[in-house]
Amino acid sequence: MKVRYFAWVRERIGKPEEEIDVPPGVGTVGELIGWLSGRGEEYAYAFENPKVIRAAIDRAHVRPDTPIKGAGEIAFFPPMTGG
Amino acid sequence: MTATTVRIQSEPFDAAAEAAKLARGRTDTGAVVTFTGICRGDEAGEPIAALNLEHYPGMAEAEIERHAAEACARWPLTGVTVLHRHGRIAPGEDIVLVVTASSHRDAAFAAAEFLMDYLKTRAPFWKQVEKAGLKTWVEAKSTDDAAAARWAREDQAAE
Repeated sequence: MKVRYFAWVRERIGKPEEEIDVPPGVGTVGELIGWLSGRGEEYAYAFENPKVIRAAIDRAHVRPDTPIKGAGEIAFFPPMTGG
Repeated sequence: MTATTVRIQSEPFDAAAEAAKLARGRTDTGAVVTFTGICRGDEAGEPIAALNLEHYPGMAEAEIERHAAEACARWPLTGVTVLHRHGRIAPGEDIVLVVTASSHRDAAFAAAEFLMDYLKTRAPFWKQVEKAGLKTWVEAKSTDDAAAARWAREDQAAE
């Protein structure tokens, strides 16, 4: 699965995107955040406050309880500040 | 069928020309509302050098198109144009443009406000301020969330 990061989530992790193999047992967006957080200090820092992290699956907003099964691309980013 | 234009671009835009395009060649439009968001030269009383706007290509267009379609479903619009810039934007330059056209002003005003409120909180753009040699990410404002929330309907309350 392709994972993309934007704004300060991208800066903290140190890369804009990567391919990951999601282990069995990681079924939702929130569970994926939890699993990513355990991959290293940079991930723990990016996801230190999971409540502020926003996510999108295949370019549409999703909530933490959304299943990730079948997702092609999942993105994590801070609250949006456009306009 | 409402004429809808959504563009994400780094280049500047011509707000007056975009507004004129929406009314040109038709006689059913009685009102055009234009909103332009401009980069201010200061933040919290301190001068800034520029704003840098990051976006999520593909999703930014899709999200704005979804909200433009939603605006068309809610109000009798004859035209909608939304342009949003990305990249480095200097003070005084335009950032975002929303133009709504309708037979009467109420729908045009309401739809423009709806679109701006949603752009602020749902369109995947992130602003970074360049100030005194430092780059800092702009924090989301709870007042923007509140502004967007007032448009939520019963069927979207869980969004």
